[in-house]
Amino acid sequence: MATTTATPVTTPHAPRPEAGPRKRRKVEPIYYLFLLPALVLFSLAITLPAVMGIFYSFTNSIGFGEWEFVGLINYQAMFSDPAILQSYLFTFGFAAVTVVVVNVVAFLLAVGLTARIRFKSGLRAIFVIPMVISGIIIAYVFNYLFSNSVPAAGSSLGISWLSESLLANPDLAWVAIVVVTAWQAIPGTLLIYIAGLLSIPGDVYEAADLDGASKLQALLRITLPLVAGYVVINVILGFKNFLNAYDIIVGLTNGGPGTETRSIAMTIVTGFTGGDYAYQMANATVFFLITIVISLVQLRATRGRSAL
Amino acid sequence: MSTQPALVSENVQAIENLEGGPARGGSFRGRRIGGDSWTTTFLLALCSLTVLIPLYVTIAMAFKTTEQAVEGSAFSLPAPFSIDGFREAWSLTDFPRAFTISLLVTAGTVFGTIILAAFASYAISRNWERRLFRYSFFYLLAAMFIPFPVLALAQIRLTGLAGLDNPAGVTLLHIMFQLSFSVLLFTAFLRSIPMELEESARIDGASTWQTFWHLIFPLLAPMSATVGIFAFLASWNDFMMPSLITSDPSLQTLPVVQSIFQTQFSNNYNVSFASYLMAMAPAIIVYIFTQRWVMAGVTQGAVKG
Repeated sequence: MATTTATPVTTPHAPRPEAGPRKRRKVEPIYYLFLLPALVLFSLAITLPAVMGIFYSFTNSIGFGEWEFVGLINYQAMFSDPAILQSYLFTFGFAAVTVVVVNVVAFLLAVGLTARIRFKSGLRAIFVIPMVISGIIIAYVFNYLFSNSVPAAGSSLGISWLSESLLANPDLAWVAIVVVTAWQAIPGTLLIYIAGLLSIPGDVYEAADLDGASKLQALLRITLPLVAGYVVINVILGFKNFLNAYDIIVGLTNGGPGTETRSIAMTIVTGFTGGDYAYQMANATVFFLITIVISLVQLRATRGRSAL
Repeated sequence: MSTQPALVSENVQAIENLEGGPARGGSFRGRRIGGDSWTTTFLLALCSLTVLIPLYVTIAMAFKTTEQAVEGSAFSLPAPFSIDGFREAWSLTDFPRAFTISLLVTAGTVFGTIILAAFASYAISRNWERRLFRYSFFYLLAAMFIPFPVLALAQIRLTGLAGLDNPAGVTLLHIMFQLSFSVLLFTAFLRSIPMELEESARIDGASTWQTFWHLIFPLLAPMSATVGIFAFLASWNDFMMPSLITSDPSLQTLPVVQSIFQTQFSNNYNVSFASYLMAMAPAIIVYIFTQRWVMAGVTQGAVKG
């Protein structure tokens, strides 16, 4: 079974005819030239900063000038820093809620879009549009709607909590962020669900129909279990993406009111201007470890089938 | 367990089936033998308004006069129809400059990603039995699990030191963050190309370079299109990276320019929305012409196997 090596991604290529007997054949030098540019640039642009970040997290550097090792002080301070704890609490809560909203909506839309409907390609094309629009720009558009149109509608309908801008409400600003993030993230999730639904053979439904199953029963007892793998992929990919939230929040609330909606990414970036460079490096390192753990869970859960 | 390439193409096939409009005979998806469901169609059309209304508001606001944009409802039609918003946004944000920078960064990212990833993937997939190449594959893939915020602070510092705190540095970083995903797609595709093809080229005396450039690279075209479109969307729409890496505000890309001028737009909503519209239009236009690849690419990228 291919999956014993964890994944198709990690499955070695099938032995090539010429690879067998001359396994130790000499590699043509030109292959090194093909590979080298990618490896070198990647090491400089990704690996070096990653190592540097971890290194500086153990120092008291402020981004320039002299520094010395301070051990784990940054990490200790981090775990008792209300600003950082708040950003973790907010980001994880926001990511969890958004994942649920995005997956429920995308799944239902995918069921609709794979049923027998009119204007199938047209409707599908419309639902995918949000994926191609810049997060910060659509956030500015919604910013206007939330600050002007929604309160206007709210007050004319006599709904008090809607008659003021959601974005200025410390308890509800996160709702606006969930809405816009979901608006943008649904298309990608939707397309994956469509692929999943199309992989279900039609005869299972015919069988269910003959046995007298209702449409709802068929959806919950047949469709859902059969696309379970796709649900797992979408939930993990989505959760990872939402943990990195930045653009949309900057465009909607810029972390406000106060620091109520400041994400982890936004907090890390304050190290650039705020003088606590090494301290936020420690924050970034912790965030990195969390990302790795989630990625390992992802690899296990999907046996490497998901790549993003 | 089937092999990966077969299923990838199955997904593409599935997407293409869907493209074929209302399902006809032979399709197993129709659960109603009687014909298309108008109720579902109607409900979906209703849902699609959540996508269309924000876009409609953007377009409508952009064509209003400042007066109407400030006074009226967001949903009213422009009356009179005015392009003053575009005129002012054009000169206020120096649109031609920001557009050119966005275009250069995006074109550089698309081109660089395809070339670097295709060459590396070819070397990896044809020397899989060598440890160096095999490990390089996993090394490049690892970046898929490192988001930009983790590296941001160090990358800001390093690009500054290297004199790359400009659009060129942003382009380089955009390419690097696209590399993992692209190498994954290319190597999967390369595995599905029969070796006999290459062997016959070799027998005809073609060198490795000639084989790759004249035979394999053209065959990779569909995958290059997918890789290119994803690089395009990621690069064109990105805000976080250019806003942090590029130090000179006059060298910023379109999304960042929107945030820089956010305060200067103040209540001239027609100007701000005209500016937003000009910034998002190119991506929407590209999407309209490349829908098929965009949709296939999402599925290929996320569902392997």
